[in-house]
Amino acid sequence: MPEVSREVVEQIATLARLALSEEEIDRLQQEMGRILEHGDSLQEVDTSDIEGTSHVIPMTNVYREDEVGESLTPEEVVANAPDAAEEFFRVPRTVDE
Amino acid sequence: MKLHEMTADELGERLASGEVSAVEVTEAHFARIDEVEESVGAFLTLTRDSALEQARQVDDRRGGGEDPGPLAGVPIAIKDVLCTRGIPTTCGSKMIESFRPPYDATTVRLCRDAGMPMVGKTNMDEFAMGSSTENSAFKVTRNPWDLDRVPGGSSGGSAAAVAAGEAPVALGSDTGGSIRQPASLCGLSGLKPTYGRVSRYGLVAYASSLDQVGPLAKNVRDCALVMNVLAGRDHRDATSADVEAPDYVTALTGDVSGLRAGVPGELMGEGIDPAVKTTIEAAIGELEELGMAVEQVTMPHVDFSLPVYYLIATAEAASNLARFDGVRYGHRTEEPVDDVYDLFAQSRAEGFGPEVRLRIMLGTYALSAGYYEAYYGQAQKVRTLIKQDFDAAFEDHDVLLSPTSPTVAFGIGEKADDPLQMKLADICTIPVNLAGIPALNVPCGMADGMPVGLQIMGRPFAEDTIMRVGDAYQRATDWHTRRAEL
Repeated sequence: MPEVSREVVEQIATLARLALSEEEIDRLQQEMGRILEHGDSLQEVDTSDIEGTSHVIPMTNVYREDEVGESLTPEEVVANAPDAAEEFFRVPRTVDE
Repeated sequence: MKLHEMTADELGERLASGEVSAVEVTEAHFARIDEVEESVGAFLTLTRDSALEQARQVDDRRGGGEDPGPLAGVPIAIKDVLCTRGIPTTCGSKMIESFRPPYDATTVRLCRDAGMPMVGKTNMDEFAMGSSTENSAFKVTRNPWDLDRVPGGSSGGSAAAVAAGEAPVALGSDTGGSIRQPASLCGLSGLKPTYGRVSRYGLVAYASSLDQVGPLAKNVRDCALVMNVLAGRDHRDATSADVEAPDYVTALTGDVSGLRAGVPGELMGEGIDPAVKTTIEAAIGELEELGMAVEQVTMPHVDFSLPVYYLIATAEAASNLARFDGVRYGHRTEEPVDDVYDLFAQSRAEGFGPEVRLRIMLGTYALSAGYYEAYYGQAQKVRTLIKQDFDAAFEDHDVLLSPTSPTVAFGIGEKADDPLQMKLADICTIPVNLAGIPALNVPCGMADGMPVGLQIMGRPFAEDTIMRVGDAYQRATDWHTRRAEL
């Protein structure tokens, strides 16, 4: 496996939506490297004819009737929002003028 | 015996006979909380008023001639990862410190319907990531057996609460050992059910293919009583299994003669502390005396469990924790931001603690283009091989036995700076989550003055069998009756 470079850590942080300080990037580079090195031992396992496990207990599709039930009110839905206006979540401008 | 020292079963009997009221039982546990909580630190939120109100309702029902069930009036502590309507549900994280769920988790609702007053929400490693509860953003929880040691994790608050007599039973969640390991370190019985046995609705997700909710209690009988409340299909959780649940209490026959047990050599190897190993061997000998046939088994792929877990669990965590964006709930940065991307990235960096940030980064890496097949894809395949090892072992064996934790409880701060060392605490418990099977911890001795726990693993949906074995062991021994002195 390739070593985890500083650039890779920065790129992953962008994907993960985490604003990291310089020290934090250093720390993560080291710790990710150590743990992924441990993960490299998996490469020696022969899995050529093996299917990956996506669900551990055998299960077929689960269907149910589409029934009208109780749901949350708009007030309840926005009650935990750090910034809400009426029934809406408020965020910074997302489109340029 | 004082009320706070009793098991749920003992309390239930006294409540049913009218010897004590639910209000008295609940008040006795809050009196105990007043006495010891300052030194133990098991809770993040206490819900005294609503617990007493619930208790009064149970007393009224009994007074009116109703039978509200065997656990009505028996208090319970709930891990802070389960949503409780209108009551803080923080997951031990600053990210959702202010979150008040608009609904109850199914397991919380079931306990409420069973008449169990909720005494409070218990401390945990942030988003259930950890093995010592030291990753909580809010406080340190101490092991009631030795206040300088950790209670285990991530359900460390639930374990400490029961071990300290602050609640007779508690709910935890288990993704890689988070019910069984703290149960082991605090001298309790704790069950991780089969994946799908118990609803995950309202359980804040860490790794969705591994997470399960289950009980921590003073003995196996109490675990069975709580499982009678929890087990079953829930239409709100499509992964909950449509498999009928037996009566787990009547399954505790005390008879284990003729059952076949396997002991995987891979889980009794070098990493196990010698004193723990000796204690486990003695416990296995005891089960043989009770009529079980025991032999060694080999499960070669189990040795790869830790890296498989770390790739799968972090990948799922990175996806699950994407929902915390500072928009709909939780922490939002107060720093000026240029755009919505900055809002997400800054809020998340401030809200999540260091271990959570590390796991999100690892998971994002494992899922990212170019690494997906080599890491996540390969981990999913090796998981299949581990599952096949278990399937093979269960062809000839009814249960498998191992230590739950390779060591007794370690000191607070001892492993906090070494994430890899900390992860080794879960080497015996992680394979169980990967295979989706149920497993139980029962206390089986002491080493260095601290409890040691035996792990009893079973076939999918064979919670009744492993609890029968654990209960039979507890009928023959008295380790589970020992209490921490505070």
